[in-house]
Amino acid sequence: MKPLYPIGARVTVSDRETTGHMRTPTYIRGKTGMIERRCGSFRNPETLAYGGNGMPEQPLYRVRFLQHDIWTNYLGPPQDTVDIEIYQHWLERTV
Amino acid sequence: MTRGIHDIGGLSEDPIDPSEHDYALWEKQIDALMVLLSGEKKLLRVDELRRGIESLDIDAYNELSYYERWIASISKILVEKEILSAKELSDRMAEISTRPSNS
Repeated sequence: MKPLYPIGARVTVSDRETTGHMRTPTYIRGKTGMIERRCGSFRNPETLAYGGNGMPEQPLYRVRFLQHDIWTNYLGPPQDTVDIEIYQHWLERTV
Repeated sequence: MTRGIHDIGGLSEDPIDPSEHDYALWEKQIDALMVLLSGEKKLLRVDELRRGIESLDIDAYNELSYYERWIASISKILVEKEILSAKELSDRMAEISTRPSNS
């Protein structure tokens, strides 16, 4: 898989219903952030976890979110962020 | 949305105890076992280890300590992949339980 998103692109995390081994935490699904960096491409842990070969490799990104966009009633400063590493097949471009 | 037992970000929980502790010998042995299984031998992947932990029975998950979860998952997946049989494991555990305690 080719990396689709450049640094700075706004992306939204899929909030699909899932079962099985997923590295994307529930609290970030449906939230919008910004690509902070590309981390390379890696075999897919969702199939590696069940004895599969993890192919094709998926691009991995570090995505930066504002804490205020994640938590209602967040009490910290407005510039507070959290970075989460998320595979490309969980991300959708947001204009 | 169905959350896994491990997927607790944002839920109300008791405070985390951040104090450091020394690892017991058995904890180091489990860590070393995982290094051997996932390294050159490639018998077990770290993603399989995680999946095994995440699919523990919820009571077991809450009761077990960190490395107890590891060894529960390692045993489950080695049996699932037919690298060990449940009988081999239980026979060996029975044999070891008859040894004189060295503690």
